[in-house]
Amino acid sequence: MGTTFTKIASVSVGVLGASSIDFSSIPSTYTDLCVKISARDLAASGSLYVCVNGTTQTNQTMRRLEGSGSAASSDSQSSIFFPIDGSSQTSNTFANTEIYIPNYAGSTNKSMSIDNVTENNATQAFADLIAALWSQTTAINRLNFQCNSSFVQYSTATLYGVSKS
Amino acid sequence: MADTKIVVDCSTGEVSEIELTAEEVAQRTADANAYADQKAAENADKATKAADKAALLERLGITAEEATLLLG
Repeated sequence: MGTTFTKIASVSVGVLGASSIDFSSIPSTYTDLCVKISARDLAASGSLYVCVNGTTQTNQTMRRLEGSGSAASSDSQSSIFFPIDGSSQTSNTFANTEIYIPNYAGSTNKSMSIDNVTENNATQAFADLIAALWSQTTAINRLNFQCNSSFVQYSTATLYGVSKS
Repeated sequence: MADTKIVVDCSTGEVSEIELTAEEVAQRTADANAYADQKAAENADKATKAADKAALLERLGITAEEATLLLG
C-alpha cells in the first residue's frame, strides 16, 4: 500500500513567541493526520497540551510509557500532554514530537500515537510513548497545541495529511 | 509571556497572530496550574513510595540489591 505525506500547513514561531499553535479548517480529504513538532516552552518546566476541535482538553485519556534518564514509568492521564524542553533545560534545545492520528475524519473515537523526546545536556531528559484517545466521533477539523507559558522563537509545527492507496 | 496565538487556516494557508481572549488566558492558567498540581502529586507519591521502600528494607535488614536478588 502506497503512503503519501502531503504538507497541509507549517508554522514557525517568531521572536515574540506564541502561547498556542492552532491548525483550523483541516480538510477531511486525507486518510490520517501526522503532526511533527519541534518545541520549547518559555516556562522552566515545559509541557505541551493537545486540544482537539477546540481549546480545551475534554474527552481525553492517555496511557504513557516514559523514561526520564534515570527511571522508567507508566501512567494514565485524563488529558493529552507530554513534557517538552523548558528554560531549565540546556539553552537552545528543543523537544521533538510526532503525533499520528489515524482515521481522523471517521465516525469513531479518535486514537493518537505520540512519540516524544526532550533534549538536555544533563541526566534528566524524557522519552515518551503515548497511546491517546479523544472519545468523540466527530471528524477532527482543528488541532490546538498549548504549553505552560509560550512557545519560544524557532519552535515549529508541521501538519501533514497522509493518503493511502 | 506572549498573549498571542498563531492560527493557521488550513483551507487557505493564511497564518494569523491573534491576541488571546480573557477566557483563553484563564484556561491556559488553569491548565498550567492543573499540570503543576499533578506533577507535585506525582513527585509526592514517588517520594512516599521511596521512603516506604527504604523503611521496609531497613526493617528486613537487607539492601536494595539483596531484595532484587530475592525477587529475581
